[in-house]
Amino acid sequence: MKPPPFDYLRADSIDEALAALHQHGGDARVLAGGQSLVPMLNMRLTRPSVLVDIMRVASLGEITTQRNELIVGAAVRQATLQQRPGLANEVPLLAAALPWVGHWQTRARGTICGSAAHADPSAEIPLCLTALGGTIRLRSRRKRRTVPAETFFAGTMLIDKDDDEMIEAVTFPMRRPNTGYAFAEVGRRHGDFAMVACAAMVDVAGIRLAVGGVADRPTARAFPLLEGSALDDALNEFAWALEARDDLHATARYRRDLVRQLGRQVIEAARS
Amino acid sequence: MTLLNQKQKHRVSFTLNGVPVEIEVAPRTLLTDALRHGLGATGTHVGCEHGVCGACTIQINGAPARACLTLAVQVEGCVVRTVEGLAPAPDQDGQYRLSILQAAFRRHHALQCGFCTAGILMSLDAFLRETPLPSVEAITEVIGGHLCRCTGYAPIIDAAMEAAAELRGDAKHV
Repeated sequence: MKPPPFDYLRADSIDEALAALHQHGGDARVLAGGQSLVPMLNMRLTRPSVLVDIMRVASLGEITTQRNELIVGAAVRQATLQQRPGLANEVPLLAAALPWVGHWQTRARGTICGSAAHADPSAEIPLCLTALGGTIRLRSRRKRRTVPAETFFAGTMLIDKDDDEMIEAVTFPMRRPNTGYAFAEVGRRHGDFAMVACAAMVDVAGIRLAVGGVADRPTARAFPLLEGSALDDALNEFAWALEARDDLHATARYRRDLVRQLGRQVIEAARS
Repeated sequence: MTLLNQKQKHRVSFTLNGVPVEIEVAPRTLLTDALRHGLGATGTHVGCEHGVCGACTIQINGAPARACLTLAVQVEGCVVRTVEGLAPAPDQDGQYRLSILQAAFRRHHALQCGFCTAGILMSLDAFLRETPLPSVEAITEVIGGHLCRCTGYAPIIDAAMEAAAELRGDAKHV
């Protein structure tokens, strides 16, 4: 359980990090908080030849707001964002979900963008980005581009990012007026990977429900303002569409049941 | 920019429990191994080596961190604190004392084999500094980041709550 050998590059600027990614491409990995990457290294599930540590790039540690977006830089730790005064007002869904990200100890090191880059299908931060319609800001020496969360997460630990690109920031749309938000998840213990996590957003026009932990990526669906058995039917159809599979942690049937039950709970919580 | 070649060892300087230290490590060396094998600071225990068990939890710049998920080269210039740094220095008569938190653990039998204890103490030490008036629920969440397989968590929670009260200056015991 020790990492394989790699060169370590501590970048002092974004340009240095981008130059290293340009030079080494797929052999390089960006190291931020290390809470997902270092376990992967220890278990030798990945063997990069170069790690590019970006945590000393001051500009990547910024949290800013612009128009109606909260922009979180690549070096912002999860605990830092969680402690941001006013987060519950700016992005209520994120404030509700962050206590569920890993443990208190891992949030002190892990980054928001690192969780997006890791793209675990049950992770809360990719789920929030997908639920809210957030974006991922990618940058390479060649270009910058902004990818919507719904197409960025392409499968289990699979993201729409080229080898020479790095995540510079992710953006979360800020709270909209007359809109309710709610988050809930079920895992074996708090801090474990979610078996199912649900995020709901409800306004006068309709319901948007995003589900993590079931399909190979967080998946969102819009519903009209249904109630009663019509909502149950819609949730049932969504649960089946996610094509849950049995694994060590839960059966597909249990996961579908959680989508129906937890989905309804978060929708009702977001409505109230 | 600093580029450290994988085939060589490189000098890393940081502060360990208030003392400046230097160590030569390869880029892939984990902080757990640098502390234990390189510096002989074996108070930090190594359990799962993928961040789950919490035994290796230390503090980096005051915040909790899994030493097994940290490369030694990442702590260049940082302030690192391990369980060896918890107890105050011996007093004028050369008597060693436990910290308030450690003494509460002892009173409450909050450890048996002690394997998980170093990590739990470092988490709680950091947590109580930022949360002087913790709820039982908050303490429970913090120690949820640690696996203890013998004592059970109830005495650990009791010890943490009592230590918090003593640190605030409204202790009941003594």
